[in-house]
Amino acid sequence: MKSAVLVFPGINRERDMARAFREVTGVEPIMVWHTETELPDVDVVAVPGGFSYGDYLRCGAIAARSPIIPALRAHAAAGRHVLGVCNGFQILTETGLLPGALMRNASLRFVCKEVRLRVDNAATAFTSAYAPGQVIRCPIAHGEGNYFADPETLAELEGEGRVVFRYCDAEGRITEAANPNGAVDGIAGIVNAAGNVLGMMPHPENLIEALQGGLDGRGIFESLARAA
Amino acid sequence: MKARVTVTLKHGVLDPQGKAIQGALKSLGFAGVDDVRQGKLIELELATADRAEAQAQLTDMCEKLLANTVIENYRIELI
Amino acid sequence: MLKNDIAITPELIKAHGLKPDEYQRILDLIGREPTWTELGIFSAMWNEHCSYKSSKKWLKQLPTKGARVLIGPGENAGVVDIGDGQAVVFKMESHNHPSYIEPYQGATTGVGGILRDVFTMGARPIAAMNALRFGAPDHPKTRHIVAGVVAGVGGYGNSFGVPTVGGEVEFHPRYNGNCLVNAFAAGLLKTDEIFLSEAKGVGMPVVYLGSKTGRDGMGGATMASAEFDDDSHEKRPTVQVGDPFAEKLLLEASLELMASGAVIAIQDMGAAGLTCSAVEMGAKGNLGLTLNLDKVPTREPGMTAYEMMLSESQERMLMVLHPHLEEKAEAIFRKWGLDFAIVGETTDTLRFVVEHHGQVMADLPIKDLGDQAPEYDRPWVEPKRQPVLAAADVPAPQDYGRALLDLVGSPNQSSRRWVWEQYDHLIQGNTVQRPGGDAAVVRVERPNGGHAKGLAFTCDVTPRYVEADPYEGGKQAIAESWRNLSAVGALPIAVTDNLNFGNPERPEIIGQFVHALKGVGEACIALDMPIVSGNVSLYNETNGEAILPTPAIGAVGLMDDVTRTIGVALAADGDVLVLIGDTTGWLGQSSYLYELHGREEGAPPPVDLAAEKRHGDFVRAAVIDGRVTAAHDLSSGGLLVGVAEMAMAGAKGARLLLPETEVPLHAFLFGEDQARYVVTAAPEDASRLIVDAAMAGVPATAIGAVGGDSLTLGGLLTVSIDALSQRHESWMPNWMSAA
Repeated sequence: MKSAVLVFPGINRERDMARAFREVTGVEPIMVWHTETELPDVDVVAVPGGFSYGDYLRCGAIAARSPIIPALRAHAAAGRHVLGVCNGFQILTETGLLPGALMRNASLRFVCKEVRLRVDNAATAFTSAYAPGQVIRCPIAHGEGNYFADPETLAELEGEGRVVFRYCDAEGRITEAANPNGAVDGIAGIVNAAGNVLGMMPHPENLIEALQGGLDGRGIFESLARAA
Repeated sequence: MKARVTVTLKHGVLDPQGKAIQGALKSLGFAGVDDVRQGKLIELELATADRAEAQAQLTDMCEKLLANTVIENYRIELI
Repeated sequence: MLKNDIAITPELIKAHGLKPDEYQRILDLIGREPTWTELGIFSAMWNEHCSYKSSKKWLKQLPTKGARVLIGPGENAGVVDIGDGQAVVFKMESHNHPSYIEPYQGATTGVGGILRDVFTMGARPIAAMNALRFGAPDHPKTRHIVAGVVAGVGGYGNSFGVPTVGGEVEFHPRYNGNCLVNAFAAGLLKTDEIFLSEAKGVGMPVVYLGSKTGRDGMGGATMASAEFDDDSHEKRPTVQVGDPFAEKLLLEASLELMASGAVIAIQDMGAAGLTCSAVEMGAKGNLGLTLNLDKVPTREPGMTAYEMMLSESQERMLMVLHPHLEEKAEAIFRKWGLDFAIVGETTDTLRFVVEHHGQVMADLPIKDLGDQAPEYDRPWVEPKRQPVLAAADVPAPQDYGRALLDLVGSPNQSSRRWVWEQYDHLIQGNTVQRPGGDAAVVRVERPNGGHAKGLAFTCDVTPRYVEADPYEGGKQAIAESWRNLSAVGALPIAVTDNLNFGNPERPEIIGQFVHALKGVGEACIALDMPIVSGNVSLYNETNGEAILPTPAIGAVGLMDDVTRTIGVALAADGDVLVLIGDTTGWLGQSSYLYELHGREEGAPPPVDLAAEKRHGDFVRAAVIDGRVTAAHDLSSGGLLVGVAEMAMAGAKGARLLLPETEVPLHAFLFGEDQARYVVTAAPEDASRLIVDAAMAGVPATAIGAVGGDSLTLGGLLTVSIDALSQRHESWMPNWMSAA
């Protein structure tokens, strides 16, 4: 599987993302600078985490207007895969490739910890390595991960099974205590209508080796490799 | 020409910062603050002197970048 | 003769923090009245913060050399060899005064400054820590300062992209008027790619990089060397504002520029910005330097030479570049959207010349600015030492269970999760030991493959001990860092020190300083932990009351194989708990005495450095050899708190046996004797471990076994782990949300 990782000024988890692709698929991804206007011929484009443009104005807002974005849209329109993590998810909502918006955490504080996610749709190209309803561990690290969408959009997402991950407790229950940021209905990750663009706040790329405390994040990359 | 764009969260969108400010005001003894909504203020200097042109430019800027219309409203003032 | 538009009055001299005899020294050096700009330059170079004038005499006596030390104090950060052509670069620095006045921005710029110190040397930052000390929890300002500082540390480090993996947060009324924000950063580089500040070659371009210069932090370094009074809130405008986004760009651009071969010398603009960096580069290289301020990128119109020379705007660097590579360098900076301007050149005159609008605003002897700074041998008195407090003079608890709950739920013993969850401690994907244990461990990959190494990091000092006995307290700070590193399986290799004290013009403060440093130095020699970098922060006083003497230590350890590390969490039912070290029941200055009885009495526990070495080496070897399943250093709170921490971390209970000892039970359980650890091992391994310990001259006793969901001790104590965790985790969030 061939992959590319977009790099915007202020992005800081591009190396973590690259490592995950390398470790799981054995192929080094191509790093693509934001001023490029063409993407290499790859199966997956990852939009990594960080603080593109310092999160100034709004998280992801300025990156979403970068020269590389039209090429990203074309990649998505062609049915190829796009994975947006954390700031990458924020950028994807700002481009409109995914619906909704990520708002300030309800606690008003940045939060870095390990949470549990329930895989609510294991039939996507990003989650086929997981079992439906499986509870996985995954780190989060964000200040603005509070997913919001209007009721019509939410109904559409739920109706089409496009909520892929939800924050849950150890038993897979969606509770307020297990929700780290106030996201509506515990939404941690969603896909677009075509199912080829995934955005998620948690960082699967930081839980792919025993040294990091677990392997639960590998499934995303294994699924993508399988889909390619 | 100077312009001022005010961006606020739409009503119905939870505003935790506004809530925190409201709480702080209450604890400082300011009674009777029923609601607080916070937003951001963007001041711009435009080359044009034509108000209609400025208005059109600014609306375009707001729609394309300055506001996220999924969650935010904007208001334009020409000064 | 330079033109002087502003009269140099005694008031102006005083306002620059220069004493009359110091001003006379300036007159003697330059043979004329200085200009206003020159006066500003002297005040910046000669204040305590930049010149170390009160501390230099004592700092020189610290051990700074060692087989692994590549660069010791004097550069932006220390550099220590870790094999495979790699080195770790690290330093700790205070940002106390600015953080008290504007907690968020004070903390951000503290973190930004220390990160720049590290990447200025050519290293990519891999870990950060913060040693934070605040006033009493019930003091009206404390909560506000804690919230601002923690948010600032996180706001900067998270955005910059360095994992904040450890630190300390403590409360004590003696920090009511002066909080301490000591920021540590470490980076990794190749030993043949170290960059220094020493300029080389005449006529070389001096290049300004990074953000534009504004009026931020005017006289910040002067403020950092002043005592506070009740009007300190009016000093607010001098606090700089940090921009982590600009710093991240500066990091990437600097490393790219260094790799291009264009950089001859590099210096970050920290305290006293352009002045300190330019003088240091020239003076170190035995060169003069001319600056043309018309070229300096400014953020505000109409800035004077004085303002530009003293501005502390953040995220700026000064470099000397190879002239033929200037264009390449500029292209790299433009790519990253940073300002780039040639602002001067090196000369062979040994003069520091500043020009603005075609006028010479300053023309000073460059070497003398640094070398001729006043150096004081301040008078000092022998510190008053507290007498030893007998265990019998400290009441035993009526209810051991309640005492333990109260202690793990006290302001200083409770969990710091509320703090470190606001710091991204996982970014870069190398964090092996996360915050909350003895030391953080970060993976380091070898350049040519093979199993990964590890670097371990810890911050330590017990200011209560230092106050009661500066010498023993100084030793203890090093000893505790040694234990924390050893407990995770790392060999301690070097330290950085951040020496926070009160007003050095008071003999009792210098007395504390001198003795604390003596203790620190002796411990560093005994444990082979040279001091490779550091920072001194004096004048931490408000209305005549000084902080507790706080020589904060940041220590670094090395692991050959990072997978060998273990944590504090109890791992398996049936494992035997083994206490390493001697327990005499030392309750003087203990956490038990302070948190539960509000008393700060007695001598602190003495530190036997030979025992520390023996016990630490033994525990580390046991960890590396896989003979133990968990290890924890015993310090604040003593044995019972230590075991409780292990139980909470592993969510497993433990059954402790009543000790067979002459020591009163409460002293045995809560005493803070040094050189102690608790380790766990499978029963058969534990027996062998105890025998081997005896052979090595290390006291080791089985004290109980892992199991159940409670911590029990004979029939005396039964506390569920849930109840312990609940109390341990709740103090800090509850306190922060109680507005």
